[in-house]
Amino acid sequence: MLIYCARRIMVMIPTLVAISILVFIIIQLPPGDYLTTYIAELQAQGEQVAQGKIEFLRKQYGLDKPYWEQYLLWFGGMLTGDFGYSFEYDLPVSEVVGDRLYLTFLLSFSTILFTWAVAFPIGIYSATHQYSWGDHGLTFLGFLGLATPNFLLALVLLYIGKVYFGTSIGGLMDPKYLQEPMSWGKFLSILEHLWVPVIVIGTSGTAAMIRRLRANLLDELQKQYVVTARAKGLPRIKVLTKYPLRMALNPFIADIGNLLPQVVSGAAIVSLVLSLPTTGPMLVEALRSQDMYLAGSFLMFLAVLTVAGVLLSDLALAALDPRIRLGAGSEH
Amino acid sequence: MTERNNAQDPWPEPAPLGHTVSDAPFDPYSVERVSPEQERYYLATQWQLMWWKLKRHRLAVWSGVFLLVLYGSIFFSELLAPYGLDTRHTDSLYHPPQAVHLFHEGEFVGPFVYGTTSKFDLKDFQWEHAVDRTKIERIRFFCFGDTYEYFGLFEASFHLFCPSEDGKLFLLGTDRLGRDVLSRIIYGARISLTVGLFGILISFAIGIVIGGLAGYYGGWVDNVSQRLIEIIRSFPELPLWMALSAALPVTWSPILIYFGITIILGLLDWTGLARAVRSKLLALREEDFTTAAVLMGAKPSRVIGRHLVPNFMSHLIASATLSIPHMILGETALSFLGLGLRPPITSWGVLLVEAQNINVVALYPWLMLPVVPVILTILAFNFLGDGLRDAADPYKNA
Repeated sequence: MLIYCARRIMVMIPTLVAISILVFIIIQLPPGDYLTTYIAELQAQGEQVAQGKIEFLRKQYGLDKPYWEQYLLWFGGMLTGDFGYSFEYDLPVSEVVGDRLYLTFLLSFSTILFTWAVAFPIGIYSATHQYSWGDHGLTFLGFLGLATPNFLLALVLLYIGKVYFGTSIGGLMDPKYLQEPMSWGKFLSILEHLWVPVIVIGTSGTAAMIRRLRANLLDELQKQYVVTARAKGLPRIKVLTKYPLRMALNPFIADIGNLLPQVVSGAAIVSLVLSLPTTGPMLVEALRSQDMYLAGSFLMFLAVLTVAGVLLSDLALAALDPRIRLGAGSEH
Repeated sequence: MTERNNAQDPWPEPAPLGHTVSDAPFDPYSVERVSPEQERYYLATQWQLMWWKLKRHRLAVWSGVFLLVLYGSIFFSELLAPYGLDTRHTDSLYHPPQAVHLFHEGEFVGPFVYGTTSKFDLKDFQWEHAVDRTKIERIRFFCFGDTYEYFGLFEASFHLFCPSEDGKLFLLGTDRLGRDVLSRIIYGARISLTVGLFGILISFAIGIVIGGLAGYYGGWVDNVSQRLIEIIRSFPELPLWMALSAALPVTWSPILIYFGITIILGLLDWTGLARAVRSKLLALREEDFTTAAVLMGAKPSRVIGRHLVPNFMSHLIASATLSIPHMILGETALSFLGLGLRPPITSWGVLLVEAQNINVVALYPWLMLPVVPVILTILAFNFLGDGLRDAADPYKNA
């Protein structure tokens, strides 16, 4: 197990380095840099920009160096906790980002829990009552969740919350807690606001999860040991929970790898609509204004969140299923 | 033995059977002969088998028909839409959808809508559209209305249906600028539906080439491509799409942006396909027919393209069908965020930009209607894809 862990973590390092290169290329892709945008803006307002000042700014932000040097500076800085400087906010990135990272993490984590909580009973019901009305209905509901664009669902829920419950469910907490440090009241307020984005983001992932669990469980239920167990007179529920369910559970954990990027993606757009203080809205802003270090840090953070999630799911899977940790490394 | 020979034998020995001979002429091939039914089945091509299997999946077939109709409609958008894409009705901004009636005061008139009188309410700063029950505006069919340029080829003004002369017809209401929502949805289909198709073509090409190389050559090619796929997959899709489409230069024309977006959607989607191709190729390259092809001097590109890929083309098509809706949703989301397509190019996502805030949901809910075709299309693609996936394996439970 220890060897498996070590090997798995070793694999992660080059992946992260490759991702950081990719992120750096992406944030460099737009023509020009923040300063050209900034200068164009100043000139549009009729202000003269001295050539000397531009040179000075360019030098200060290290924009005059070759790309590889800029990359090394950026990557090296990240390792020491220095995420660069946000041009737009005129602050170090780490200060601009602040709480947003934790809240993104909280949101993603709750969404996955929600997905499990919903997909689990429905998947079991659908598999044990195959082709019943309940199965068809629930499957269809899942499909509908898959097909509805998240942002629109968010809008409608926002409206329903406003009209029927009289609460403003935009944001992640009551406005009065915004500037306050973490406290019990703030925590409760966050919980109160969390359910809408969680449901909205969860809908798309849930459908896929239900279908996978259903398919797996159906496969297991047709195996001979289940027939034997039934023939011996074991109660239905016991047969189900003792073996097939445990086998069918593997994908739940293995699927985090697929689910997490999806959840993070969903969170980005839903956060925009609901104006949640997570990474999504600020990322879009940063991308628009070419605030490259801010955008880069967000992209990097999201990628790291995903990679770490996949790592955790792999480790959990290895702990649960000896076949995986013993067969580690051999792909075919 | 002794017991059997007792005086009262309950089971007497049966009399020997008479010798029987069949008069029918002897036919040594009778076992091998097949009924026409069976013959049809055995001689059917793979695609025929798939079609028979698919036909049994009702929902998939209907979804396929629905999609065909939808895709067919994009050739006739101009005819189907009662108004042009950018026709503005400055006196009916935010006009609510009109109901189609058949009877007026118990009398049959044919399909018509009641006219409305619109005025701007200066107190609430809102448009008010009062239904005028006396004004009957009959819908005309096969008529001449707004002029348009059919695919830039020639000018015409023929429509499937139009409003009555100097009347209005807003079946799904109008937007902020007084443009007919129904017409815009019909035009939007052209962009929204093709984004997925072009995207999938690109992802197909990349997926087959990279997956093919990885599976055929194995070794370091395989290793590198596998790591690459892992890295791309570990990235959350939407933020990456956002970043890439933010990188598209602002100076590009809308049509270039459209192609840029399809390329971006395709660039990130090929990973799943490449994996499928690779794993199939790994198995198939060991088969005898591959060895035969190689020994006969076929180039790798021919072996892959002619002998290997057709073996699992059906699977690829099924999985492609399942990833088109993904791209349509992606485009919708990007455009909604303002990072995707931009007007004057009109897709369903661009239309939904109008429905971006809660006021719209409360006051002008019909502006959210473009989501209906999005949902229907995606459902249809999913059902069809499911059916195709089952059908791709014609010998399973055949």
